[in-house]
Amino acid sequence: MSGRVFLFGDNIDTDVLAPGQYMKGGIKMIAAHCLETVRPDFAGSVRSGDVLVGGRNFGMGSSREQAAEALKHLGLSAVIAKSFAGIFYRNAINLGLPVLIAHDLDAVADDDTADLDLDAGTLRLVDRDKTIKLEPLPDNLKRMLADGGLVPHLKKRFTAERERETGL
Amino acid sequence: MMATTLAQKIICRAAGRDAITPGEVVTARVDLAMLHDSGGPRRVEPILKDLGVGLWDKNKVVLISDHFVPGDTDEGAHILELTRQWAKERKVAFHDGEGICHVVLPERGHLKPGMFVVGGDSHSPTGGAFGTYMFGVGATEMAGVLATGEIWIKMPDTILIEWQNQLCEGVTAKDMMLALCGKLGMDGGQYQAVEYTGDAITALSMQERMTLSNMAAELGAQAGLIAPDETTAAYLESVGSSAPDWQGLRTDPGAELLAHHVFDAAKLAPQVAAPHSPANAAAVTDISDTPVDVAYIGACTGAKYIDLKRAANILRNRKIARRIELMVAPASRKDQDRATSEGIMKVFEDAGAQILPNACGICAGYGTSRLGEDVTCISSTARNFKGRMGAASSKVWLGSPLTVAASAIAGRIVDPRDFLRAEECVS
Repeated sequence: MSGRVFLFGDNIDTDVLAPGQYMKGGIKMIAAHCLETVRPDFAGSVRSGDVLVGGRNFGMGSSREQAAEALKHLGLSAVIAKSFAGIFYRNAINLGLPVLIAHDLDAVADDDTADLDLDAGTLRLVDRDKTIKLEPLPDNLKRMLADGGLVPHLKKRFTAERERETGL
Repeated sequence: MMATTLAQKIICRAAGRDAITPGEVVTARVDLAMLHDSGGPRRVEPILKDLGVGLWDKNKVVLISDHFVPGDTDEGAHILELTRQWAKERKVAFHDGEGICHVVLPERGHLKPGMFVVGGDSHSPTGGAFGTYMFGVGATEMAGVLATGEIWIKMPDTILIEWQNQLCEGVTAKDMMLALCGKLGMDGGQYQAVEYTGDAITALSMQERMTLSNMAAELGAQAGLIAPDETTAAYLESVGSSAPDWQGLRTDPGAELLAHHVFDAAKLAPQVAAPHSPANAAAVTDISDTPVDVAYIGACTGAKYIDLKRAANILRNRKIARRIELMVAPASRKDQDRATSEGIMKVFEDAGAQILPNACGICAGYGTSRLGEDVTCISSTARNFKGRMGAASSKVWLGSPLTVAASAIAGRIVDPRDFLRAEECVS
């Protein structure tokens, strides 16, 4: 899948991803203001399939999962960063938003066109003929993401448990 | 027996395993789940309905309203109503308007050393002050815990942070944490377990220790642990809880550590962090006369009883500068009641402070109390990210409650040690 790259720096926090004053509202409202503090045109510019590339410690701060949900709602296909804050990382996988670590992101520029291949674990910068290798997800998270997040993952587990109990 | 860390001991017990190596992913049973009004019922109930299940154990769930208290917007009031309804329907322990979750949870006796606890808030590491392995999760993950009583965890490495000697007068746990954010960075904790140790830590009261554990979040750690001791046991007894068998709950000498940092508490000066990151920390003596418009003593980090008491020692018989707005939001009703009975709240009122509800208040920025355009604020809270407490043009400096109080008097950021009195020096 091909998309536009939105490039951000280190320590992007959850208060700019999901601003407090909109937390009383639904995800549509929060997503409309996602990252506006640091990039006012962000929500209006993202198209389905675009990729967000961050620096170190992406998603630091609050446990509010709307920070990850807003990015998914806007249609981003993945967030790729040098490292993620722990709670944001878990939230994103739980909500079915791929979050991938890549150490060598220095070649990426804002507005690049990129091909993301989750199965191969690569991000190809189309105009630069450069392919960036993404760190593989741990097995438990790969399974959860493949199921679409924690809720479908649990549904699958509960169904299997019920089937075992009823001997079907 | 192999030498293990405090984190390993707690997680091994919760996972029902004899030994787990750092880095291994395991499933652990949760002893307690804490939710608040924002990430709580309004988010988890639709998921539980979708899954078609109820709570795994209603006796292990505690709900606390704090983010949308006092319900000063229509949406906030609606969320609080929904929160109250859910507490009734699901028959869980509910603390409504009693204060900020991280302070209410231990003061109501819900935490014990050795417990494995999740909280629906990023400052959940606060529980680590009680020798509890407590960490923050988002709402979907919380719903998973409520449905199953389980959560996956990667066995953390431990980063030992040792503070030798004693803090000087006018220097607090908050200053230690701002210094650590500056030295180690906002991801210095690497989502591992931080453990605080050393003579300076042993000397701290429980509420000061809570400030250390609370701001493990700002180091990017998963948990911020302090091994339980007599101080812990005495606190738990005072709140009608108990600390059985805490003696073994410690990191063994020789246990493998990811890092061991050593700092001298006696050499630490009061710290302030410049906008917009707690990592922008520096000694207050290195900050030149920054004028402020608002001084805020609030949050789980900086408005507990001990914080109020020490700020009041600075403010007693003094007035805040003429154009300054000082706001005080005591972290819990219980702490405010004690402060009232000891004349502490009267000191704030006499100094010209405005008293706000026992809730997250401006720190979370969820309600109508927010910083306006271009306002400069000195705050006892944990985070000064751009736009968090109000307008994107507002600037928040972080400091200890003492530094906030002293700066409110001076009208600019100043060293609180210049305002100390005899009673502060002996406490």
